[in-house]
Amino acid sequence: MRILASLKIAERALRRNKMRSLLTMLGVIIGVGAVIGAVSLTSGATKQVEDQVSNLGENVITVFSGNFTTGGMRGGWGSAPTLTLEDTAAIRGLPNVVGISPEVRDRAQVLANGLNWNTQVLGESPDYPQIRNWDIALGAMFSDADVRTLAKAAVIGKTVADQLFPNENPVGQTIRIRNLPFQIVGVLAAKGFNLFGQDQDDVVVVPYSSHMHRITTRTFVNSIQVQAANDKVISLVQQEITDLLLARHRSKEQDFTVRSQLELMQTVTATSRAMGFLLAGVAAVSLVVGGIGIMNIMLVSVTERTREIGIRMAVGARAADILVQFLIEAVTLSAIGGAIGIAGGIGFSKTVAYLKDMPTVTPILWIVIAVVSSAVIGIVSGFYPAWKASRLDPIEALRYE
Amino acid sequence: MQTNPVIKLDAIKKTYHTGEVDVQAVRGISLDIFPGEFVAIMGSSGSGKSTLMNMIGALDRPTGGHYWLDGIDVSTLNRDQLADVRNEKIGFVFQGFNLLSRTSALENVEMPMQYNRQRITAHEQVERAHHALELVGLGERAGHHPNQLSGGQQQRVAIARALVNRPALLLADEPTGNLDSQTSIEIMGVFQKLNEQGITIVMVTHELDVARFTKRMVILRDGRIVTDEAVANRSVAENELQRLRQEQQAVKLAS
Ligand SMILES: Nc1ncnc2c1ncn2[C@@H]1O[C@H](COP(=O)(O)OP(=O)(O)OP(=O)(O)O)[C@@H](O)[C@H]1O
Ligand SMILES: [Mg+2]
Repeated sequence: MRILASLKIAERALRRNKMRSLLTMLGVIIGVGAVIGAVSLTSGATKQVEDQVSNLGENVITVFSGNFTTGGMRGGWGSAPTLTLEDTAAIRGLPNVVGISPEVRDRAQVLANGLNWNTQVLGESPDYPQIRNWDIALGAMFSDADVRTLAKAAVIGKTVADQLFPNENPVGQTIRIRNLPFQIVGVLAAKGFNLFGQDQDDVVVVPYSSHMHRITTRTFVNSIQVQAANDKVISLVQQEITDLLLARHRSKEQDFTVRSQLELMQTVTATSRAMGFLLAGVAAVSLVVGGIGIMNIMLVSVTERTREIGIRMAVGARAADILVQFLIEAVTLSAIGGAIGIAGGIGFSKTVAYLKDMPTVTPILWIVIAVVSSAVIGIVSGFYPAWKASRLDPIEALRYE
Repeated sequence: MQTNPVIKLDAIKKTYHTGEVDVQAVRGISLDIFPGEFVAIMGSSGSGKSTLMNMIGALDRPTGGHYWLDGIDVSTLNRDQLADVRNEKIGFVFQGFNLLSRTSALENVEMPMQYNRQRITAHEQVERAHHALELVGLGERAGHHPNQLSGGQQQRVAIARALVNRPALLLADEPTGNLDSQTSIEIMGVFQKLNEQGITIVMVTHELDVARFTKRMVILRDGRIVTDEAVANRSVAENELQRLRQEQQAVKLAS
């Protein structure tokens, strides 16, 4: 018998019991919908995190002072006085290091144009924009010469520029940091919020030497950002830095921490993979439940339509024709359920994304998985009832009341 | 007769094994039915008429004996082959009509063609179904559902369905059992017309009046043939209808 004719019969049978068909599909609809919706949202969030991690710069290794793993030092990341400019110079001498910037951080009140603003003041080297993969929107970065001469030069972030120079070009203007006049040489391009929700554009960057001698009086740096030549040498460079600093610091305990952006990325992907497994589990359970619902209703349907089966057999339907007819009916049920679920899931995630201003990713792979598994669910759960129907004896089926 | 029989039964038996006692519904029936015959199978209730018909219709298997349909030994066929025989060679009309509810007359008539091993195009299916409905005088009711049709009309749809695959043999188990006498005569008219066109018809009935429209009467008792004879004063549906109308007219005039 033709598939098309079977489809027509299935469609009519399902339409005859609209409400029941809908309720039967509900299990698959909810299962597929929940998974697609959740995957859209979480993979959107994951992608956002990944973007931000790569936003940190390319092939970046960060050396923090203090040790993350020893309890006593916790909370002292970047504040324990262990990293020096000499350490920085030594790391700069390692092979495969293409950029380096010692970082000193401070918060300070800044003044310009008769306006004032409290912001983060960073001391960095001229490599900083390159390491952070951060463009200069206006003007230029300060130079090595500025570092040597403790120049009072500053590059400001977009937020600071907007706050202090609402309608003018800040380049060439003066900004007072702790009452010291710095000349603005450049404005950084907008970068947005980081992983922790901080506004990365709310920043003033000055030469680290100026920061350490003029704004503050420090001899230690908070951290050192190192850029490796490419992603293949990152672990190698990390190891070399560790060895070098251990040797230089001659301390028994490691008083610094070396972290690469790669490791951060791996943490993020591991998290999202775990999330994926969890979702797959939820999906599997709800699809099995949906399948049981379909099997149940198909069994009821076979019983109800025993007479119809008898009539069809009496006029020449083979067992296989009956089997196919009920299988198609079950698959149609689950496929429509799956389709509604996919549409609903995407709709739900888009709505949430719109309301909460979150990114979503339409998970093509998961949609394919949903389509395939709802078809499989239909076949598996429909098979037993369909087989039962096909085994009926025509005479007994006809006699069924 | 030189032609081969359409139906050849040789010592056909059917025993039902239910519970403690075995019911011997058919106890050895031998019968030849030739092309163009119109046979009535009669007998009291429980004499085995339906059991015999179901075996002739390849719906049920005998527990003993042999059955050749159109020269094929049906007793040796498997389930699928029986289904094909039912589809191609036999049209079956049931006492209870057995139409699919909530399905139009046309679609009911189309149904056997969906299972035809020779593919029939959708267009041809519709055309043949329409033609079959016209043959039984229901051309205008193609779109009606069974619950919108009278009993006689439903039975006509069932007859159209039985004819649509152009079978050599039309079987009917009490086709008029649920119908009033006028409608019964009308249905017999349809059968007589079909028989004139060459279709072999075997029909179960327990009403002598109805059996009189056929050409041959086979009477069963306790699963055996007790009488097998040609119908003497054969009724013609047209004449009977006319007489019935006149009688009704007379009743009206009298009142
Ligand atoms: N499925 C069955 N299981 C057991 N016994 C059966 C079955 N079908 C029929 N019988 C028995 O076989 C005998 C013949 O039944 P059958 O239905 O052929 O009679 P019938 O001549 O058609 O009667 P009626 O005129 O009432 O339709 C009956 O005694 C009946 O009880
Ligand atoms: Mg009977």
